[in-house]
This record gives sequence, C-alpha cells and structure tokens, in this order.
Amino acid sequence: MERDDVIEYSLDAHHSEEEGKKIRSKIYKVTLALSVLTIIEVGLGIIASGWYGVSWEVVKYTFIVLTIIKAYMIVMTFMHLGDERKNLRWAVIIPYLFFAAYLIFICLYEGAAKMP
Amino acid sequence: MGSHASKQIDLNTLWGGKISPFSVSYGKMMMWFFLVSDALTFSGLLIAVGFFRHKYANIWPVSEEVFHALPFMGHKHFPLIYVALMTFILIVSSVTMVLAVEAGHRKDKKGIIKWLFLTVIGGLFFLLSQVWEWSHFIHGSDIGAVKVHGEILKEYGIKEQSIVGHGVIAQWADADGHKLEYIEKLPLNEAQKEKIEELTHHLHHASDYTPEELAPINKEYLALMESLGLHLRLPSKAEDGKYYILTKEQQKALLRTGKPVFGANLYENEYGAKQYGQFFFFVTGFHGFHVFSGVIINLLILINVVKGRYDKRGHYEMVEKTGLYWHFVDLVWVFVFTFFYLV
Repeated sequence: MERDDVIEYSLDAHHSEEEGKKIRSKIYKVTLALSVLTIIEVGLGIIASGWYGVSWEVVKYTFIVLTIIKAYMIVMTFMHLGDERKNLRWAVIIPYLFFAAYLIFICLYEGAAKMP
Repeated sequence: MGSHASKQIDLNTLWGGKISPFSVSYGKMMMWFFLVSDALTFSGLLIAVGFFRHKYANIWPVSEEVFHALPFMGHKHFPLIYVALMTFILIVSSVTMVLAVEAGHRKDKKGIIKWLFLTVIGGLFFLLSQVWEWSHFIHGSDIGAVKVHGEILKEYGIKEQSIVGHGVIAQWADADGHKLEYIEKLPLNEAQKEKIEELTHHLHHASDYTPEELAPINKEYLALMESLGLHLRLPSKAEDGKYYILTKEQQKALLRTGKPVFGANLYENEYGAKQYGQFFFFVTGFHGFHVFSGVIINLLILINVVKGRYDKRGHYEMVEKTGLYWHFVDLVWVFVFTFFYLV
C-alpha cells in the first residue's frame, strides 16, 4: 500500500522569503509577550501575599485570565491554528471547550453534593 | 461544501477520497484531534487537582513554600523562581520549534537543522530541571515534619532522634532551621546498650521494613525510652512567635503517635496533604513523559532532516506535525504552572 502521508501536504506548506520575515517578527513579539506574562505571574505571586486589601481570589482569577491569554497566543500563533481554515479551528476548539466545561461543571456540582 | 477547499487543490495533494476536509493534510488533522483528546486527559487531571485542593484546603501546601530552591544556591528563598525558569526554557524551545517550522516552509534545510537542534537541547534542559526538582521534592528539607494522627505538624521539625550507647540524643530544628539538641547521659548496662543498638539500627533502616514490621520495633523503642524515664523536649511555636516546651502529656502523645516525615513519597509528604505529593508526581510525571517522547520524536525528525529525506519529499510537513505536538507540551505546562504551582 502506498503511504499517503508521504505525498500529501497542506495548502500552506510553503511561503516566500518576505512572508517569512513577517512571520518571524510576529513570533518574536509573541515570545516577548509570553515571557513578560510569566514574569508578571511569578512577581504577582510573590508580592500579592504582602498586599493589603487585595484578596487572594482576585490574584487567582488574574492568574487564570493570564494563563488563558498565554494559551491563546501559543495555539493561535505557534500552532498556527489562527492560519487554518475557520472550520478546523472550531472543530478543534468546540469539542475541547465543551468537555472541559462539562468536567468543571460535574466537579463543582458533584463536589458540592451532600453525602446521605 | 464550503469547508472542503477555499483554493484549488491539485489531485496529488488530495486525500484518498479525492477531497481534503478543512484543506489540511490527513496527518495534520489527525494530530490536531489527538491533541484535543490528550488535552482532555490533562484537563481531567488538573480539574481533579482543583477538586482535592478544595476538599483539603486547610492542609494543602502553598507551592511557593514547597518549591523555593535554586540549584547551587543552598537554602535561600526563591519562591517558584526555578519553576518559572523551567516554564521559560519550555517557551523558548517552543519558539525555536516554530522557527524550525517557518524555516521548513522556506525549504531552508540549514535553518531547520539549527532550530530543531536547539529545540531538542531545550527539551533536554527541561527534563533535567524536572529531575532536579523531583529529587529536591523527594528529598525534602533537613527539618522534616512530624505526623500525628495523619496530620502533618510542620512546626515541630525533627532532625533526628536516637538513643546511642551512652545516652539519648534528640535533635530538633524549629521552623527557622535553628538546631535544638537534647542530650541525656544514661547509666546503662551492657544488655540495655545492646538492645538499644539493635533497635536504633532497625529504625535507621526504617525504609527497608513494612509499616507492620516497623510498628512493634517502634513500640519496643518507645517503651524502652519510657522505662528509662526519658521524654523528649519538643519546642512548639505559639501564636506570639515564641517557643514553648510542650507539657509532658503533649510530649507523650507525640511520642506515641507521632512519626517523623522527610520529603515526599506516594504515601505521605512533609509538606501537607498526601494528595499534593501524589498529584505532583502524576501530573508533572505525565507531562514529563510527554516532553521525553517529544524530545525523542524531535530527534528522529532531526535525523531525517539531516539525511535529506523530507527534501526529496518536497515539503517539511513532518516538522510541522512534530511541532504541533511540541507546542502542545508547552501549552500543557503553562496550565500546570498556573493550576498546580500558582493558584
């Protein structure tokens, strides 16, 4: 049988030198953003405990929001999901979001149930 | 069928059925769907961490206090700096990977080799960092903790407790690591000395015994100490920050039920809830295994690139596919970093 992974390739498998330059500058920008966000997270963790009037809840949700921003940048730029067809993008994201939300829901709902 | 092709695809590129859903290759789409299912596994693990974290909120350790060491820096306090460094290493290796993919799109073989090689090095660095962190976690602090009725009492850090030939030595350390020592000389006869030697030998090799075997030895040891009229002076830190000697009753209770705990294993750890250690080993271990396989796959692809296999094929999509997996590994670590270490 002929191996079909050898012959096939995506439509976007090649780009020119100029396009490459643009893509690289975008990669470097995202790298910088990811590093800065990581530093902010660690710094926030260190100083947040000493802040008066800032509850840990607020810090916690800040962490989660920053993480989702980081994940978005990795998936959309590094994994090029932003450059794929819209349908593939949603075919990947929707099942994941659906099941992750379901897991969280079941954990919160069942976790709060009282034992008889 | 708008999703099939927004551009004309030549016949050689189409899948076997002569259509290409989403205009991607079969391999790339399957990699995406594999990553979705793998991401769900990690979601399950991290959501379970969250569940146990709330169930045992009062004894769940603060990660900033558990992971605060740096290699070659001794016992100075750098909360989470090393983990952040590991995150940074993985992000950088993700960047070199995406640069390799970009070079692949330009058929720049030299570029791919350079960036893919750096990615492999970054992955190895991350793995070694994880080895260091695991060994640090397993080894634990010099102070350790005392476990009483299944609860970890961190402030009564224990260093060593032993009866030696001429008397009893108990070494403790308080929460700041100051050593407190208690020595009492004993008028012992030869038989007692021998008994003591034997028992302390067993207790020093406690890890070789099962808990069932250890229990009578421990009991005998404690009975012997009591018969000699010994009690250990345990310092305890009160709310005003001063140290108080425990009452004799409290000491007896600790002696009977307390057990020194150092570092971490799958049954207990000195940091707090045992589930913390279990999840640490499982979540970072499972992720570390992903990194390990990623390094191996990247290495194989690198060898193929060097051999010119993909050059003959006319495209470097294999680099792109392994790149997807490698970015996914980075992505998972971003979540592990937040939900295990930070929150």
